[in-house]
Amino acid sequence: MSGLLDGLFNGISIGAVLLLAALGLAIVFGLMGVINMAHGELIMLGAYTTFVVQNIFKPLGAPWSDFYIFFALVAAFIVAALVGVLLERTVVRYLYGRPLETLLATWGVSLILQQFIRSVSPQFVVGVGLFCALYFGAIAIISRRPDFERIRNWAIAIMVPISVAIALTASNVLGQSFKLGFTRPWFGTQGVDVTAPKWLRGGLAIGDSQLPYTRLFIIALTIVCLLGIYWFLNKTNWGLRIRSVTQNRTMSACLGIPTQKVDAITFAIGSGLAGIAGCAVALLGSVSSNTGQAYIVDTFMVVVIGGVGKLIGSIMAAGAIGILSYVIGSNAIGPLFDSMPFVKSIFEFFATASMAKVVVFALIVVFLQFRPAGLFPQKGRTVEA
Amino acid sequence: MSYTKSSAAVESSGAIADPMLDITNLNVYYGESHILRNVDFGVASGKMVCLIGRNGVGKTTMLKTIMGLLAPRTGSIQFRGESIVRKSPDQRARLGIGYVPQGREVIPRLTIKENLLLGLEALPGKGQKKEIPEEIFELFPVLKTMLSRMGGDLSGGQQQQLAIARALMGQPKLLVLDEPTEGIQPSIILEIEAAVKRIIKERGISVLLVEQHLHFVRQADWYYAMQKGGIVASGPTRELSQEIIQEFLAV
Repeated sequence: MSGLLDGLFNGISIGAVLLLAALGLAIVFGLMGVINMAHGELIMLGAYTTFVVQNIFKPLGAPWSDFYIFFALVAAFIVAALVGVLLERTVVRYLYGRPLETLLATWGVSLILQQFIRSVSPQFVVGVGLFCALYFGAIAIISRRPDFERIRNWAIAIMVPISVAIALTASNVLGQSFKLGFTRPWFGTQGVDVTAPKWLRGGLAIGDSQLPYTRLFIIALTIVCLLGIYWFLNKTNWGLRIRSVTQNRTMSACLGIPTQKVDAITFAIGSGLAGIAGCAVALLGSVSSNTGQAYIVDTFMVVVIGGVGKLIGSIMAAGAIGILSYVIGSNAIGPLFDSMPFVKSIFEFFATASMAKVVVFALIVVFLQFRPAGLFPQKGRTVEA
Repeated sequence: MSYTKSSAAVESSGAIADPMLDITNLNVYYGESHILRNVDFGVASGKMVCLIGRNGVGKTTMLKTIMGLLAPRTGSIQFRGESIVRKSPDQRARLGIGYVPQGREVIPRLTIKENLLLGLEALPGKGQKKEIPEEIFELFPVLKTMLSRMGGDLSGGQQQQLAIARALMGQPKLLVLDEPTEGIQPSIILEIEAAVKRIIKERGISVLLVEQHLHFVRQADWYYAMQKGGIVASGPTRELSQEIIQEFLAV
């Protein structure tokens, strides 16, 4: 009995992480139809934000250092949402209705974000900041001239090399005068560790098994996020606008809904949820620039299995995948076949985390052969449209 | 002379004393194919104008251009004296153009109530009270009984009534209707007709109607007839002769 409870709890807790990570994608991909390959990197940014917030709060001592996680959640949401809006306004918006280009472009963005985390240092910030200030400042000043349209290409051709040269020189000079303190990356390629606050360490003992508090916290966090999203989409004005625009963009515009603003807000919320997921991920283990990569495939799986555009589907799919991975990975079924050593050895063979993943993905492939639209496909006469 | 030729039609539209909508020299293309050719067109304040013509002459294209769903290559569109050519559809809706498109375009997975509340989006100012005025239900009593049903589950006639009601929620100054009676049973057509007439009488708004149904066409004050992407005839609807009807209505 305790084995069953144990399996269920662990499965649900794996599922909760999956669901939390997939929730933002269920909105961005499920509702808006944008394939955002940088979603994993938004999770990573959330995790790094948690790390930064932890380091800010640590010197403050108790009680601040005990409750930094709540500030981290808010900060992670805001940081990821802002990056998401920036991504939507500068890249995705020009690619609506072109999924392949969106996939490639957002994948490029995900690589940029990974490298950004690896190499961001004071020197890097000064260089990029200086370039942006010089270049965009100059363009802003020149654009006031009446003949801007005519000289535009010339202005860009001249300002880009000048800004690059000044920014590079300045950051190099600063780097040489302040040495390592200025050039050393903040995070680097090594993973960074977030330590859970004191009250999240340890676990709740039930019988002879123990439920870690961090896992319980993540499950609770997932439930809160789900309820929050449900409330936002169904009970608020912006939620109504989002649902309307995702179903019929043209008509929504004709009714007076500012569709561009709705797109930006939808994307911000999806990205912000990725940030919150990053916060949860940071509690589970070490965080590195590759953290996002580990989650992107799983999150897409959850959304596709559940049925694109259905939140309830994502919940079921995350739960199912979570329980399945745990049951296979922990060899929970093997002992039932004691009388059949051959079958037992098969289950033992797959009883590692990575082999369990192989089985789960194989099952997903089979499942999609029979239900290509997922667990909860869209029904009715609107499907074709 | 039973109907005026295009040059005369320009004069008559230019002669509108108080234009709600004034379109001059409009040219619209789909890619390289020329759909609307030098169209001059107007809707007077408080009047109902009907646009007739056979299938594929560009009537819906015209309405889509007015709404901002298509961009004209040349020409001007003035709404209440203000040029709206560069405005987006949502801005035009908020200026006071209510659009009921062909095929209704009810949002399928929202309830009737939510569909109606979306009509309020066109109203300026935030924090308006989120309720549906009784007047809407007087016009379309059938909607009141099914507020919590999904928009996509309604029949064609009910969807049409919902689409008109939704447009009215935004208190438009110009109501644009694209074939509101298409594929709808006769008794509902009469209901819709009565509702539209009542709206004009009570609110004094302008209506631009694209229609094939003769009885409905006759309710309008003025008609424009289109052929091959241009306005070829116009005049008061009481002068609408059998000849024109034969030529421009697919009956």
